[in-house]
Amino acid sequence: MKPKLRLLAVVAGAAVLAACTAGGGVENSDNTGSGDNNAAGNQSGIRVAVVSHGAAGDKFWDVVKSGAEQAGRDIGANVSYQGSGDPNQQSQLIDAAVSQKVDGLVVSMANPDALQEAIGKAVDAGIPVITINSGAEKSKEFGALTHVGQTESIAGAAAGERMKRDGATKLICVIHEAGNVGLEDRCAGAARTFGGQVENLQVNVSDLNAAGSTIAAKLQSDASANGVLTLNNGVALAAVQAIETAGRTDVKLGTFDLDAQVLDAIKADKITFAIDQQPYLQGYLPVVFLALYKSNANTVGGGQPVLTGPGFVDKSNADQVAEFAGKGTR
Amino acid sequence: MTTAVPAADERLTDVDRFRRLIIRPELGAVAGAVIVFTFFAIQSPVFRSPAGVANWLDPASTLGIMAVAVALLMIGGEFDLSAGVLTGTTGLTLALLTVRFDWNVWPAMAFALVLALAIGFVNGFLVVRTRLPSFIITLSTFLMLQGINLGVTKYFTNTVSVGGIAQAPGYQAASAIFAKSVTIFGTQFRIAILWWIAVTALATWVLLRTRLGNWIFAAGGNAPAARSVGVPVTRTKIGLFMTTAFAAWLVGTILALKLTSVQANAGIGQEFEYIIAAVIGGCLLTGGYGSAIGATFGALIFGMVGKGIVYVGWDPDWYKFFLGILLLLAVLANNYVRKFAEESR
Repeated sequence: MKPKLRLLAVVAGAAVLAACTAGGGVENSDNTGSGDNNAAGNQSGIRVAVVSHGAAGDKFWDVVKSGAEQAGRDIGANVSYQGSGDPNQQSQLIDAAVSQKVDGLVVSMANPDALQEAIGKAVDAGIPVITINSGAEKSKEFGALTHVGQTESIAGAAAGERMKRDGATKLICVIHEAGNVGLEDRCAGAARTFGGQVENLQVNVSDLNAAGSTIAAKLQSDASANGVLTLNNGVALAAVQAIETAGRTDVKLGTFDLDAQVLDAIKADKITFAIDQQPYLQGYLPVVFLALYKSNANTVGGGQPVLTGPGFVDKSNADQVAEFAGKGTR
Repeated sequence: MTTAVPAADERLTDVDRFRRLIIRPELGAVAGAVIVFTFFAIQSPVFRSPAGVANWLDPASTLGIMAVAVALLMIGGEFDLSAGVLTGTTGLTLALLTVRFDWNVWPAMAFALVLALAIGFVNGFLVVRTRLPSFIITLSTFLMLQGINLGVTKYFTNTVSVGGIAQAPGYQAASAIFAKSVTIFGTQFRIAILWWIAVTALATWVLLRTRLGNWIFAAGGNAPAARSVGVPVTRTKIGLFMTTAFAAWLVGTILALKLTSVQANAGIGQEFEYIIAAVIGGCLLTGGYGSAIGATFGALIFGMVGKGIVYVGWDPDWYKFFLGILLLLAVLANNYVRKFAEESR
């Protein structure tokens, strides 16, 4: 009787694994299905591996994944998406893609040094590489075709310009992670175009409650500050409350990054604008670029990064964007 | 005086071979590894190709080194939740000393080793002195190290990672020994795999062939009883914590030299993977039972499942689900095997 139990456990395990394979199979046939619908377009048939530094379930990276997978369906490419925030695991995922001899590789480089060896192997193996999101400065050096992402200083400059146009004269730029170079670049970019005084305010993104009270305290103590730029959607919502707490109806609030609550706040006139770096494009474009490179030796960007942002979301397009956000593509 | 032949001692009766095989704690993990390998190998030719094997052995190797040390500790009846973050601490120490203070890689490694052993000693000392559960003691070490890793890194670099180890003197030699690849039959295998095999062999030998091995089983099985028959339980346990810290140093060094940069959050959360691998390998949470080989196979399963999912093309969103299933199956199998083993006495 006991050996039967053991057998049962093994069979149950196999059944679970088999069921999962069936699930994977369905998805694959899904891909071919949409590919067939698109038979008039180019059936590239290439295999592209996307390896990001986003953990499974991360909201931003899930949109990137949707973009890459949709591009795969649209042009008939077989796209696999993997992600790990651990640089060692990410480099191993790149190694795995190289050993599968994929036709193209898309990598986000939060930690370029750690990926240099793995990306080098891909380049040596003749696999075209496109970097996305972060790591633009190392992209060319590592031998990537191009970089697709948002240049933080350019996005910051656009935010500063917008704040100025909206009538703010003194801007508080809220940095939510000490030492994050990208955030510093955004504030520096805003300072360049804003014209008026820009002051950086340090808060901690993992304690939004305290962040809100810090922003409120700043607004209460500095009556001349009439613009707030947050660099994260969570901090933006904390700032909405802070502005209410401080009773400062004159303050304009703009933010980086987008989510459903930020959209609601935009519709309710509590946030003036949100800057979207359009993660969907960071997944979609590289797959298309790689297909074009394979089929026609095209390259995009002319040695410069291809910018996916800043895309502005304000009251004029919030409804439209909200609809797409509901589908997981914005 | 008496010349009568004593009745056969039941402790000395021969247990039949099949039973002896099946009551090995690592049996579940070995069988699981075979099943997992067969399953993925059938579906993906790349998975079973030399390049594929080298690829999934790479994550298994660093996990395996840790899992073996953690298995010894668990057999000794204790946990170490700080083991994962300690790999980050040792890596960051190496990175900061070489990059910020221009040390040669070798003395920096030695310094990191001393630091790791000291942390392991403190862990062990506090556990045996206070008699508090090691879960709590090492949880506090885990939190403290996490804070130190971030705080110190930020203090010296103003960012959350340290890069540029490759430019340090001594890097080439050190990385050749710890981090590079060796070519076997035309395929590049990470040298960490050899370290993993060596650590497994050493741990297995110690556990099964030495007095120290008996002490470890005794300390974890029943510490008061072990003490009363003269087993130095205190020293054994402190030694086990230091062994885990040593393994964390080895893995931290391997990763730092391989990646040439270390993030301040490195290793956080991996302590549970070590424990899971050890449990899949037959270790009991209660101590006194388990094997080093088993933990190695547990790590192997981890590596194969992680990369197998990539090769087969499943949605990685489900990865953790498979891990959960594996853990459950392993624990059920172990539970069953142990009952079977007890019946056979």
